[in-house]
Amino acid sequence: MLTARFLRMIEGRGLVFLGIMALVALLVPLCNLYVPPGNPFHVSNGTVVLLGKYLCYAMFAVALDLVWGYCGILSLGHGAFFALGGYAMGMYLMRQIGTRGVYAHPVLPDFMVFLNYKELPLTWWGFQHFPYAMLMVVLVPGLLAFVFGWLAFRSRVTGVYLSIMTQALTYALWLSFFRNDMGFGGNNGLTDFKDILGFNVQAQGTRAGLFIVTCMALALTFIIARMIVASTYGKVLVAIRDGESRTRFLGYRVEHHKLLVWVVSAMMAGVAGALYVPQVGIINPSEFHPANSIEAVVWVALGGRGTLVGAALGAVVVNWLKTVFTTGWLAPYWLFALGGLFVLVTLAMPKGLIGVWEDVRARLANRKAIADAKASGARPSDAGSPDPQVPR
Amino acid sequence: MSAVTQSILYLDGVSVAFDGFKALRSLSLTLQPGEMRAIIGPNGAGKTTMMDVITGKTKADEGDVLFDKGSIDLSRYDEAAIAELGIGRKFQKPTVFESHTVADNVLLALKGDRSPFSALFGARNRIAAETIDRYLAIVRLLDHRARLAGALSHGQKQWLEIAMLLAQDPKLLLIDEPVAGMTDAETDVTAELLKDIARDHSVVVVEHDMGFVRALGCRVTCLHEGSVLAEGSIDAVAGNERVIEVYLGR
Amino acid sequence: MPFAPLLRFFMLCSLVVLSALALATTQAQAQAPAAMPAQGERLAAGLERFKADSFADTEAAIAAIAASGSAQGVAILSALADRRLFAGAAGVFYRDAAGQAFDALTGQPATIPADAAMVRLNNRLRNVVQAALGTMTLLSPDPAQRVRAAEAVFRSRDASALVTIEAALPSEQNPRVRRAFEEARAAILLSSADAPEALRIAAARRIAEAGDNDAISLLRQFSGQTTGGLNAVINQGILSIEQAQRIRAWGQTLWFGISLGSVLLLAAIGLAITFGVMGVINMAHGEMVMIGAYVTFVVQELFRNHAPHLLDWSLPLAIPLAFVTAGLVGIAIERGVIRFLYGRPLETLLATFGISLVLQQAIRTWFGPTNREVSAPSYMAGSFEFVGLQITYGRLWIVVFTLCVFAALLLVLKATPLGLQMRAVTQNRRMASAMGIRTRFVDAMTFGLGSGIAGVAGVALSQIDNVSPNLGQSYIIDSFMVVVFGGVGNLWGTLVAAFTLGVANKMLEPFAGAVLGKIIILVLLILFIQKRPRGLFALKGRAIEQ
Repeated sequence: MLTARFLRMIEGRGLVFLGIMALVALLVPLCNLYVPPGNPFHVSNGTVVLLGKYLCYAMFAVALDLVWGYCGILSLGHGAFFALGGYAMGMYLMRQIGTRGVYAHPVLPDFMVFLNYKELPLTWWGFQHFPYAMLMVVLVPGLLAFVFGWLAFRSRVTGVYLSIMTQALTYALWLSFFRNDMGFGGNNGLTDFKDILGFNVQAQGTRAGLFIVTCMALALTFIIARMIVASTYGKVLVAIRDGESRTRFLGYRVEHHKLLVWVVSAMMAGVAGALYVPQVGIINPSEFHPANSIEAVVWVALGGRGTLVGAALGAVVVNWLKTVFTTGWLAPYWLFALGGLFVLVTLAMPKGLIGVWEDVRARLANRKAIADAKASGARPSDAGSPDPQVPR
Repeated sequence: MSAVTQSILYLDGVSVAFDGFKALRSLSLTLQPGEMRAIIGPNGAGKTTMMDVITGKTKADEGDVLFDKGSIDLSRYDEAAIAELGIGRKFQKPTVFESHTVADNVLLALKGDRSPFSALFGARNRIAAETIDRYLAIVRLLDHRARLAGALSHGQKQWLEIAMLLAQDPKLLLIDEPVAGMTDAETDVTAELLKDIARDHSVVVVEHDMGFVRALGCRVTCLHEGSVLAEGSIDAVAGNERVIEVYLGR
Repeated sequence: MPFAPLLRFFMLCSLVVLSALALATTQAQAQAPAAMPAQGERLAAGLERFKADSFADTEAAIAAIAASGSAQGVAILSALADRRLFAGAAGVFYRDAAGQAFDALTGQPATIPADAAMVRLNNRLRNVVQAALGTMTLLSPDPAQRVRAAEAVFRSRDASALVTIEAALPSEQNPRVRRAFEEARAAILLSSADAPEALRIAAARRIAEAGDNDAISLLRQFSGQTTGGLNAVINQGILSIEQAQRIRAWGQTLWFGISLGSVLLLAAIGLAITFGVMGVINMAHGEMVMIGAYVTFVVQELFRNHAPHLLDWSLPLAIPLAFVTAGLVGIAIERGVIRFLYGRPLETLLATFGISLVLQQAIRTWFGPTNREVSAPSYMAGSFEFVGLQITYGRLWIVVFTLCVFAALLLVLKATPLGLQMRAVTQNRRMASAMGIRTRFVDAMTFGLGSGIAGVAGVALSQIDNVSPNLGQSYIIDSFMVVVFGGVGNLWGTLVAAFTLGVANKMLEPFAGAVLGKIIILVLLILFIQKRPRGLFALKGRAIEQ
């Protein structure tokens, strides 16, 4: 009974997604650790890191799709939540370095010694404890989202105004984190990490472990997101997306509903950022750059907004393309490609890759129905119902 | 004072101005519990603005807007709170949630806890299909329950909206042009439907269609330039010199 | 809107600015000095005594020459100090630093006779010569040098210069020199303890009037060391100077704020059309500014290579070219992309962001990723002082230019058929269409206008910012903030918002630093928009619903 409800909630597409995640989580570390280099099935360390990065982005995209695809809040500053989660993790990792830093100070990270800090700033207290740091990974983005969302939604700031404000938010943070006296490493950010929970972050085994954790986190994020959108709450969100004032006249406190999904999404983004940092080995203010947040929106748009799976797919596809482009002779053309993608998706594929796939499938099914009907002499049925979550 | 304490809705001296344009001028209107009232008036008479003031979309510049025997000052609440208090509204343009199914539209409208947590884990996820079907049956949309609301015809959307209104189980229903764009047959059905509803609800109907208003057989208020021009039975109002003047523009 | 008063206002503004410029130039080319009455006789008498070759006579000679006020006096005494002065029976001669010989009396080139011997000095006399030289530059024919000498006296407060100054003051006509002399005299009087109290009080007052940093440090030196009325005057003078300096600092901040505000306005003004009037979220707006800046660069390069003598004209010529180029790019974007997305603001935002990436990369491919140099024409170089404020011509031109662009835009919107059609289309598209307005044409033109103005902004911004492919990015968020803060669809709101933000930013800077100041402004703006989502000057009523 419970399983049946779970399956219904996840939907077929989601099951395929979870299946793929399970396979990836299993095969990639296996092929990295146990298949010797040179074997065609070997997955290099670099590839593991790269795939781990893509999956973090996919998680981030799912979080973004939850607010944009289902509630119509186009956040152009979601990167701020991702980066804040990343910074919280980075602070934990910095505190783990201990006396192994260049200045070998037992408490202060290198950059603080360099900047003549006498003692640890209040903001850094407690980050040597993993549970506290993990709490901050969700709490800090969540709190910022709560304050910002509470102010914005209560004042009924919507549409592009809200988008521009989210952009300003991440812009302000971007400027702030560049400042040395913020106490977060300024321009250079946090890097030179040594170990996480006692494991060397550079070690192959740790990397494989982090990769598996990332897969699990992505799957969990996806399940939570599915739970949200499949519940009546998800229906209220879609109602808000399609007719905010109508929903209000039905007696729903739109601002509360928006705030909840907004905060949950920010927390998800924070977790994605936290998993991202130990894998790539650095977090710096460039993660706050407004353009990053907008780029993430195109991942979702390309995959198909309001589908969750599409968001994850879009994130992986775009970032894979980015890797392909920027590592070869194509490098100068990457921004042309990305820019073109923005235009193409908005003009030609408003429902994204998933939408295109559904259309093709519907057309095939329709053709088959017609053929069947001709064969049996009956009238063709009206196959291929449109997607219930058509974004506007 | 007794007029206030016996009324479900009490408007007194309500004025609203937009950038100097006076949409309502000292409008007064009293509705008894269980009463059905039709509001007529030419374009720009202030009918929609009056609805906006009652439902909290627009704040009155001056005047009293009281609900439920004068016990509630509506000007202190916002849209969601007023809906919670028991005032339901159907818009002029049918506004159903087009990407939801017909059944889900009613589900969202059903009376009950409207907090996000209730919607996420709570009671709203355990509503029996029969409850929804009861309302769909009233507006004859039972066969369409799984269709997307966006795929309904114009008249069906109007009915779905009425079903949503009923599902809210409000004390007072505000219905803006329910038969606009309906066929004559649909109009007749709607008139019967509204009379049914009026048996156990207070209803305010705004409508242009005089035939429909006559079919409702209730008291009529004619608005003009933001205040009440005439009030009474349909025949009395229709025969009123000033009403004729306003409509014919002499 | 009453249009005639507005035009008059702008004409008045430009008049004021022009006259200020004119005044500054005339002051720079100060008048020639009034010829000092030649006192050749005293010079001749002084020179005569060099021939005696005794230290006592030489000292007398120095005094006589210093007092003569003769034009050659400085040359003669400098030569003496540098052992280049020769005396003989035929007269006194000196060589200048280049070795050319002159007759000391006439100042004409001459040859030094063989019997002329070098005039010798001892250490004491060397000091006398130096002091005399200091005093004598006070009498130099060059007014700038006289001012410098007076300022030196003001600082050294050398009592021996008092006589020269008092002698020169009555006949001094140049007001600047006169002021410097009076201040120097006051400084000497104030510091001479044996001068009468009344004179010293007057001197303290005069110094307080000067009101600059030297004056206040001088007064501070004597504050507390004197007694009674004099001390009170000194302390009061210090207070009044401090007050004046505060006011000047505010004025300077205000000017910087206006200057920054005009930059913001310039960047936002095109957006006020595309976003404010049309409701199109154009994230490629910054790139239109960038295109304008690159047009300026290209035009200037062409001039530099083909007509260097006309280089100053490159900027005025770049203005229409930038307008046309950016305008055409804007029209292409509108026809190619945006028109398919009307009514879908979020999609427009994404598509135009993509366009901005493409444009940036295109510029990077053609012109390289590095900064390009756009030089300032001569009329934009330098600065002048205006009631104690240092104002650079470059900034002043940008403020004037911004206001002109703003006025021109208002004119286009209010007084041309295109402007009328634009407003008609934005207010009621279907109705406008029914009236026979070609709405699609008007859309393209409006977008072109907004983009063209962004291009024009690029011409001005190329003067104060690096011309690089990233130029536009740095303005886009600020521009949106200005337009949203001012109230969408309200040009005057944009104007007020830009200057408010500019001034607020500069006021915060001294306390918070540039970056933190900007962050504070951003946060305040975010809070403000939440309080008033539709900006400072929002329209009210049903028209703006939905």
